[in-house]
Amino acid sequence: MSTDLLISIIITVVGASTPILIAALGELVAEKSGVLNLGVEGMMLTGAVIGFAVAFVTGNAWLAIAAAALAGVLVSMIFAFLTLSLSANQVATGLALTIFGTGFSALFGQGYTGRPIALFGPLFPAELATHPTWRVIFGYSALVYFSLVMVVAVWWFLKKTRAGLILRAVGENDVSAHSIGYSVIGVRYAAVAFGGAMAGIAGACFPLLLTPQWAERLTAGRGWIALALVVFAAWRPFRLLAGAYLFGLVMTLELYAKAAGGRFSILPSEFWAALPYLATILVLVLISLRGRQSNAPACLGKPFLPSN
Amino acid sequence: MTKLNRRTLMKIGGAGLVLPVLAGRAFAQSEPLKIGFMNVGPKDDNGWTFGHYTGMLALEEHFGDQIETTFVESVPEGPDSERVLRELAQQGNKLIFATSFGFGDYVLKVAQEYPDVIFEHATGYQRADNVGTYNARFHEGRAVLGTIAGHMSQTGKIGYIGSFPIPEVNMGINAFTLAAQKINPDIQVQVVWLSTWNDPAKEADAARALIDQGCDILVQHTDGPAALQVAEERGIIGGFGQGADMSAFAPNTHLTAIIDVWGPHYIETVQEVMDGTWVAEDSWPGLAEGEVVIGPYNEKVPEDVVAAAEAVENGIIDGSIHPFTGPIVDNMGTERVAAGETVDDAGLWAMDWYVQGVTA
Repeated sequence: MSTDLLISIIITVVGASTPILIAALGELVAEKSGVLNLGVEGMMLTGAVIGFAVAFVTGNAWLAIAAAALAGVLVSMIFAFLTLSLSANQVATGLALTIFGTGFSALFGQGYTGRPIALFGPLFPAELATHPTWRVIFGYSALVYFSLVMVVAVWWFLKKTRAGLILRAVGENDVSAHSIGYSVIGVRYAAVAFGGAMAGIAGACFPLLLTPQWAERLTAGRGWIALALVVFAAWRPFRLLAGAYLFGLVMTLELYAKAAGGRFSILPSEFWAALPYLATILVLVLISLRGRQSNAPACLGKPFLPSN
Repeated sequence: MTKLNRRTLMKIGGAGLVLPVLAGRAFAQSEPLKIGFMNVGPKDDNGWTFGHYTGMLALEEHFGDQIETTFVESVPEGPDSERVLRELAQQGNKLIFATSFGFGDYVLKVAQEYPDVIFEHATGYQRADNVGTYNARFHEGRAVLGTIAGHMSQTGKIGYIGSFPIPEVNMGINAFTLAAQKINPDIQVQVVWLSTWNDPAKEADAARALIDQGCDILVQHTDGPAALQVAEERGIIGGFGQGADMSAFAPNTHLTAIIDVWGPHYIETVQEVMDGTWVAEDSWPGLAEGEVVIGPYNEKVPEDVVAAAEAVENGIIDGSIHPFTGPIVDNMGTERVAAGETVDDAGLWAMDWYVQGVTA
């Protein structure tokens, strides 16, 4: 395999992994606070269509990302109000949010089909990325670096800050956190909003980074992969990074292996198509073989009803 | 002598009661014919489903108030489609178009339950008393594209993004490859199967994978323009629109397009249903009937290549060229079609092999 091809594969893997990683990081924080939001796919689609619309109208990718994040926050607040303030069932409400986001994005996006936009260009000046090797480091758009910075930021927030400790306490034992005076509902609202913002940005990655168009259901189920990755990564940010890139790698390798034809034809193409699922099963088996308890936040998915 | 008792009186009364009902039913027939469309993608996919949507608009324009249409989008090819079909039938749709291959089994099942509803299944092959099938000879258009690719490819490697290895897609791949090899016998076609009709990010990544491995022309048999956009971004020689003109997405790379024109078929079918002359049969027109149309050529396509492409197009229209004329050898080395023979429609519908030069 030539170096050029290897570099091309790496660049495609990074592109495929980035939206999944961003969405999963947001969901990780929400789940750490004890809220299971199954609406990631719906929030991503909302972010994707709003991001596309703003990029189309203003031509400014930064504005598009900000608008996508804001749109993600707004729809996540519907979920937060229903599940946190009204104690509705989180699973049902999350699924409803996905259906809502799918429908809303289709309706809102009607005027934007058949209209291409420009891709969000690399963050660093092109001179830095002239050599192929440097392209692997400096050749990406700002969203890619953002996703990597956020992995560290989320880890640092949860592990090293007081606010992160409170958030984890709320997710592990809401009654205790409440009894020593923390606002369980307030913390969870903030965590859900963060999840919404990240899902919105992840959605905007599709038109800005991957395929500069709007099409209905543009995210094609990546939100569900992000949800699964949070469990897969046992709620740990760095493992999430590894998981997202493993998924991106497997998804991309499938395509490159098929495109290479002859050289890989010893393995049938169905094998490559099944590889992401085989990898999932393998990792889940490895995790359970280590015999550790699931790292799930103890209050995940449970409504908090303070008994005053 | 008729005995007039309570029982016979009731019969007369009963007939009197039934009459207005019958009249009512006769009256109901002049109410709009309700027509349902069930589609695998969104109408805004800029491709396949958009083509059917345009066909429905032509239908509405032609019949006006005489019809009432429902267009259901993004129905997965699975048990969900059965539910949608049943709902459409229950809502009083008397004619239902199911516009994707994978709906076939469910169409047949629901059609049995609603014998008075007429079903038309696009790209399908299974028929019943109230189930007809229709399709377009896209592979004829693919032969024209192959002619262009054979002339213009410099690396001789062509990337082909396929959805599922079903006969409809296979005959497109083969027709394209045979036509390209007539111009340049060394043409190699590399197929990447995606197992989806509509996942733009995956289509784009497949396009990247093919271009990274030396393909300088891309063809796709999925429903959207994602691959063309990558082709434009990378600046390769070209790609083609599928289902609709996609030049807006790739002004420098979109060489031409195969455009589906479903309107005339829909108008004809609805007229037959209204006249009561509809019968369950297969309709499979192509370039000659104007159901498959080749779009405008990009200015970067040299004049002699346009002329060669038009010669193939006209040859197919007047019948002097058949896209599958032997000798044809498959990619395992077996002769599939003897010299001078052609593949008939049944053979096309059973196509599960690829011609020499295809890696799939």
